[in-house]
Amino acid sequence: MKRICAKASGFFTAAVSILLACVITGILMYGMGYNPLDAYYQLFFGAVVGLSALSESVVKMVPLVFTGLSFAIAKRSGLVNLGATGQLYIGALCTTVVGVYVTGLPAALHIPLALAAGCAGGAAYGAVVGFLKNRFQANELITTIMLNEIATELVNCLVDGPMKDLDALTKFPQSKAILDSAVLPKILTGTRLHAGFLLALLAVALYGVFMKRTKWGYELRVVGMNPSAARTAGMSVQRTQLLAMLLAGGFAGLAGSIEMLAIQKRLMQSFAGNLGFDGIAVALLGGNQPLGILLSAFLFGMMSNGSNKMQMLSNVPSAVIYLMQGLIILFVVGRYLYSKKLWEGLIPQRKSRREEVRP
Amino acid sequence: MSALSVFLGSVVMMATTYLLAGLGAVFGERAGIVNIGIEGLMLTGALMAVVGSYTSGSVWVGLLLAMLGSMLLAAVFACFTICLHANQTVTGVALNILASGLTVLLFRTVFGLNGMIPQIDTFEALEIPVLSGLPVVGAIFGQPLPVYLAFVLVPVCQFVMNRTNLGLKIRSVGNHPKACDTVGLPVYRIQAGAILFTGLMSGFAGAFLSTGQLSFFTEGMVAGRGYMVLAAVAFGNYSPLGVMAAALLFGASEALQYRLQVAYPVIPTELYAMLPYIITLFAICIYRRKSNRPVYSGRNYLR
Repeated sequence: MKRICAKASGFFTAAVSILLACVITGILMYGMGYNPLDAYYQLFFGAVVGLSALSESVVKMVPLVFTGLSFAIAKRSGLVNLGATGQLYIGALCTTVVGVYVTGLPAALHIPLALAAGCAGGAAYGAVVGFLKNRFQANELITTIMLNEIATELVNCLVDGPMKDLDALTKFPQSKAILDSAVLPKILTGTRLHAGFLLALLAVALYGVFMKRTKWGYELRVVGMNPSAARTAGMSVQRTQLLAMLLAGGFAGLAGSIEMLAIQKRLMQSFAGNLGFDGIAVALLGGNQPLGILLSAFLFGMMSNGSNKMQMLSNVPSAVIYLMQGLIILFVVGRYLYSKKLWEGLIPQRKSRREEVRP
Repeated sequence: MSALSVFLGSVVMMATTYLLAGLGAVFGERAGIVNIGIEGLMLTGALMAVVGSYTSGSVWVGLLLAMLGSMLLAAVFACFTICLHANQTVTGVALNILASGLTVLLFRTVFGLNGMIPQIDTFEALEIPVLSGLPVVGAIFGQPLPVYLAFVLVPVCQFVMNRTNLGLKIRSVGNHPKACDTVGLPVYRIQAGAILFTGLMSGFAGAFLSTGQLSFFTEGMVAGRGYMVLAAVAFGNYSPLGVMAAALLFGASEALQYRLQVAYPVIPTELYAMLPYIITLFAICIYRRKSNRPVYSGRNYLR
């Protein structure tokens, strides 16, 4: 019963936050002379109506599921992983190296190898954060941001130098295309929907099982909720957080890997855009729960897909969705706004019997 | 004027953006507030400065508007973190995402989608009579007014932080809010003040970026400088003087990028761009326990 209540309240928070964000964004749009109702109409219909629109939303959702999981698993262990962007780039980089330069493998071997390389690269990069925290007490907020920038510059440098495709017609800095044997197969003809979607579902399921059913997952949750209790119970906080960062990096690496093997096919400068930070929104809105992450990733995928149509048809800049996403995060993270306690303090009670001790 | 002199001039110019925002951030950080949202605050400031300068014709009105806009956004941050106990890091990230959307929306509303870049009033270079004639360092003294202001503010901030009652209060709140609350200090008010000051200075930095260093707004123009400010604060070990050193270093590496790109095209510029981040990473590891980082950093104080 308690669990159902918790789930319901999580759902309530998410729903109210989305609603509030939509209303405020709408008011701002109206104030600037756009038609918010038309914009929302185009946003929604551009994202879900028709097979091609719907499948494209799912395509956009796949990397968000992984970056969302990346933030969530670190958060559950008490760390804030802002480094998904960097881990994603390193993952994409490793995948590209395997996908381009390892030749003569059958697809059945090449795809798993490329994915594994991306996952391992991201995990290693995530583990750096854990290592620096354990060894030097380096604050993970700063280290992750530094590592993000380093990874971005590294990719920028490599695709404009050693890895640059010199045979291409354009002089645009990009790597050679991933070999056909490493490209993730499509699962629906006529759309861009690819096998990465199934991997995302698998990853979410694995995350759920890991958290709820394994010893490591249990330790991870305990460390996140109360590190000193965990220490007293004989768990190693340092090792657990390192494991969490390893997994977080692995998930983010897979996001880059799958994006590379299924959609981009060539490593390019800043191809990931905001995927890393969007993962934070996804994880928060989903309450760090498997199903929640899946649903909120779909919502964000939908928004990012529909925004293009909205920009075309109702002239509202597609960047409006960032405004909306920012507001959604704010209202989710400020969920104390919905608690009775806050309002009790502000609104005088009819018969103020309950006002004795609250300072 | 020699190449070195020009280089030094551009170092000081580029350091100013980091310095202005860093001086604000240092007070926020010392009060125990981790504000990732500086990136967004600076972006807002950059846009508001251009809007103000464009509509009124005076760059100072732009600056004022930039400071107000950033402070408004900082007030949102303060409201969510202090009143609603929201996680500071996540709120900061939300602020960044929100600002990246809001600025584009505002920018396109004011200037149109495919508008020409209009001429706006910007900060003019102000030569200090005698000093600007000096041989090597001359270009340092031929800068826009905010540059001098930023460097003059450094000792002021250092003094306020270490030698005044106010600075002591801010530092104590960051280290032990409960003790402060017990002796009757208004913990929340001090934190809110620090956040608003961070907003004010970030707005100034953004305004300087768009109307001093450059002369217009482009979408996403802050491009990670807000994160660099956080790095500068950590690298400068949470003191105004240290922030100045870090800002100069970052400014130098940024100025060096542009120069070396022209001089030695063989070495990829990305390597220089990477340098400040790597240095900061090492610096954070070296400080360890000697760090001035507040004990209660990044956590919300619940009464």
